[in-house]
Amino acid sequence: MIRTVLSLRVTLLCALGAAVLAGLAPQFVDTFTLLQATVFVAMAVLALSLGFIWGFGGILSFGQAAFFGLGGYAYAVGAFNFTDSTVPVILSMLVPMLFAALLGYFMFYGRISNVYVGVITLTVTLILFNVVNSTAGDAYRIGSAALGGFNGIPSVPGITLPFTGYAFAPEDDWYLAAGCLIVVFVGLKLLLASHFGRVVVAIRENEVRASLLGYDPRLYKLLAFVVGGGIAGLAGCLYTLWGAFISPTIFGLATSAQIIIWVMIGGLGTLIGPVLGAVAIQVLVTEIGGQQLLDANFVLGAILLVFVLVLPAGVVPTVERGVAALWRRGRRGRPGPAEAPAAHPLPGKALS
Amino acid sequence: MTAPLLETRGLTMRFGGVVAVDAVDFTLEEGELRCLIGPNGAGKSTFFKVLTGQLLPSAGTVRYRGRDIAGAAPHAIARAGIGIKLQTPSVFNGLSIRENLWLAARRKNGAKRADAVVDGVLSLIALAGSTDRIVGTLAHGQRQWVEIGTVLAGEPDLILLDEPAAGMNHDEVGRTAEIVRAINRTTSLIVVEHDMAFIRMISDRITVFNRGSVLMEDRADAVMRDQRVRDVYLGKKAA
Repeated sequence: MIRTVLSLRVTLLCALGAAVLAGLAPQFVDTFTLLQATVFVAMAVLALSLGFIWGFGGILSFGQAAFFGLGGYAYAVGAFNFTDSTVPVILSMLVPMLFAALLGYFMFYGRISNVYVGVITLTVTLILFNVVNSTAGDAYRIGSAALGGFNGIPSVPGITLPFTGYAFAPEDDWYLAAGCLIVVFVGLKLLLASHFGRVVVAIRENEVRASLLGYDPRLYKLLAFVVGGGIAGLAGCLYTLWGAFISPTIFGLATSAQIIIWVMIGGLGTLIGPVLGAVAIQVLVTEIGGQQLLDANFVLGAILLVFVLVLPAGVVPTVERGVAALWRRGRRGRPGPAEAPAAHPLPGKALS
Repeated sequence: MTAPLLETRGLTMRFGGVVAVDAVDFTLEEGELRCLIGPNGAGKSTFFKVLTGQLLPSAGTVRYRGRDIAGAAPHAIARAGIGIKLQTPSVFNGLSIRENLWLAARRKNGAKRADAVVDGVLSLIALAGSTDRIVGTLAHGQRQWVEIGTVLAGEPDLILLDEPAAGMNHDEVGRTAEIVRAINRTTSLIVVEHDMAFIRMISDRITVFNRGSVLMEDRADAVMRDQRVRDVYLGKKAA
């Protein structure tokens, strides 16, 4: 309990530091870098959504891309139909959450095993890809938004504040994305420290035991899944805002796979791991894009292979364990007053 | 006379052609401590699984305080007040001892009261060392106690213990018997065990299972003298 309180304080301090950094960032970096950082941060929110439901809920969802895409589309469609951005932003979370609730209800209350949850979520994502892909033509409009089929929806309106009608500039998008990441991170940390979060983790540890203590695993898994869907939807909204564009490729296999790679490399069962994994891999892929020698997919594949073979736990848990081991060794190596006599047992024996 | 705490009538569990529990009529009074014995495959653990909703009975009724709970979901039965320690330790291996107990205590208590319940249970099961240790790193006997403690922290009115002394050394068996007797002061219990020394330490009445049905039900000394019980344990065909 003391440890939870401590780690919550540390989290809040770090969040404050991150907020200050994010606030100052536009003063120090050029607009191009800031724009790139914005999409990295949006993707970090997406990584958090899977980091939560997979790392803490034990639900391996290949379908975060589905909620991500639905969130993006919900925002885009809303943005064409409403004058200010309040409703579109709410829709970007609400639509994926409702979809997650429906899908999750059938999966968890149907007592489908974990492997099939993976298969179903992947399949649903690919079905959405095909459905949205085939919405070309004037017949497919929602209000004044044309879905555009495989061409996607171009020139999606940006954020417009209610009442004042202020339209966001690129720096504002950065503040929004960074703010969302911080809020989602702290929110998940608080959620995990709550009774609900601790039960979710307990169900990951032992579903049978949790149910024999009176917790309904189906309900808790469903709720965690819905929360993850909402966060992925928010990430989709941020992503659409960043590019002012959304297309069905967002539902593709590549998006789903990427999210899993970020979480695996960053570290399963932590929150900071997926964030770092998402940012690091995106920076790397962007860097590789700037040269001709190596193909990005080749490098990604090699990294994944190395991680699966050498660091299956991911970076953050491995570093944590390393630091803990060093800390213990450091304490052993420094003989305290109580330990000193034990180190020389022979003279003591001779004296007695 | 009030209704019994637990009462099964014609309770049957079939797996294909195998009848693991065969038309069992079983009654447990409020405050009782009952031991279930019987050779391997007699249906004791299956009986427990049906009582706690882990298996859906093929036929029959289970009445708990007069309410039919046969076929209810495990969490609903747990909420009705039945706790169980499974045969193989079923604990949250990745979590600390305290967290295991807290999760059980917190379900029906507020945060403060849950902490108090956990402290009370910890002093009863008296685990040596820090309660912040991860349960997966503990020895088998200790994990058994953690599971018993977790069940206790849920404050059930009826506790089912499936082989609580299995894999324990002599001292540990003695302590487990003490814990069981302490629990019985406030709670009714059904205990499945093979260890006859352990049963002598705790027993009140014994029900003997054989091939899915109740062979006999009596006090410990009478059961242990009974020729049929000896026969089924030695593998002879019961008359």
